Amino acid sequence: MAATDVKDVDAVFKALADPNRRELLDRLFAKNGQTLNELCQGIDMARQSVSQHLDVLEAANLISTQWHGREKLHYVNPVPIHEIYERWIRKYEQQRLTALHDFKTKIERK
Amino acid sequence: MSAEKFVYVTYIAATPRQVFKALIDGELTRQYWKHTNESSWKPGSKWKHVADDGNGTVKLVGQVIEVIPNRRLVLTWGDLSDENNPEAHSRVAIDIEPVGDMVRLTVTHDELRDPDMLKKISNGWPRVLSSLKSFLETGKALDTWA
Repeated sequence: MAATDVKDVDAVFKALADPNRRELLDRLFAKNGQTLNELCQGIDMARQSVSQHLDVLEAANLISTQWHGREKLHYVNPVPIHEIYERWIRKYEQQRLTALHDFKTKIERK
Repeated sequence: MSAEKFVYVTYIAATPRQVFKALIDGELTRQYWKHTNESSWKPGSKWKHVADDGNGTVKLVGQVIEVIPNRRLVLTWGDLSDENNPEAHSRVAIDIEPVGDMVRLTVTHDELRDPDMLKKISNGWPRVLSSLKSFLETGKALDTWA
C-alpha cells in the first residue's frame, strides 16, 4: 500500500460509497476486532467479496488489522472519518454559527 | 463487561522523531491536544495528562511501561481517582513506523473495562490524532476543542 494512497481522501470517499462496505464498518463499530469468519456470518455476501471489501477499507485506512495468534482481527479506524468531519462538516457548521452570532449582535444593537 | 480494544491509525507526513517528540513534549502536546503530557518518560516512571486550563488540573495518570525512542511508547492510562488502583487502568501502545516518506502512527488502546473511559477515548483519539496530523503537516492544530 503506497503512502500516497492512504493520504488520499478520494480513497475514503470511494470506500464509503458502497453499502456493503458501510455495513462492514457498522458491524465492526458494533463489535470491534472481528475475524473474516465472524464478519461473514449473517451477511448476504460471498466470503471472497467480504474479503475484497475489507481490502478496500484497509487501503483507505478505514480499518486496520492485527494478528492475534493465528487470527487476523479487523478494527474499525474512525480517524479518516473524523478528518472528513473536520474538513467537510464542521467548517460549514462553524460558518452558520458565526452568521447566527453576527445576526444576534446586530439585532440586539438596534 | 469484558475488556475492549480499539486501534487507531493515521498517516502523517513527518519523521518518526518529530512524531515521537510531539507525543512526549508537554509544550507540543499543549498546542494540538490542549493538555500537557508530563513524565520523565523512563520505564516505571509515572506520567500525567494535565489540562491547559491555568489550574493544572490532572485529567489522567498512569505508568510508563516501555519506551523505544522514535518507535514505541507503552503507557497505562487511568482516571486521577484511580491513581492508586492500577488494576483499573487501561493500556495504550503507540507505534511509529516509517512508510515511504510518511509515518504510520498506530494507537492501540486495550484493557478497557470502564464504559465511561471507553466513551471518552472513542471521542478523544480521532480528534487528537487528526489535530496532531494537522499540527505536524501544516504547523496548525485543529480547533477541535473550541
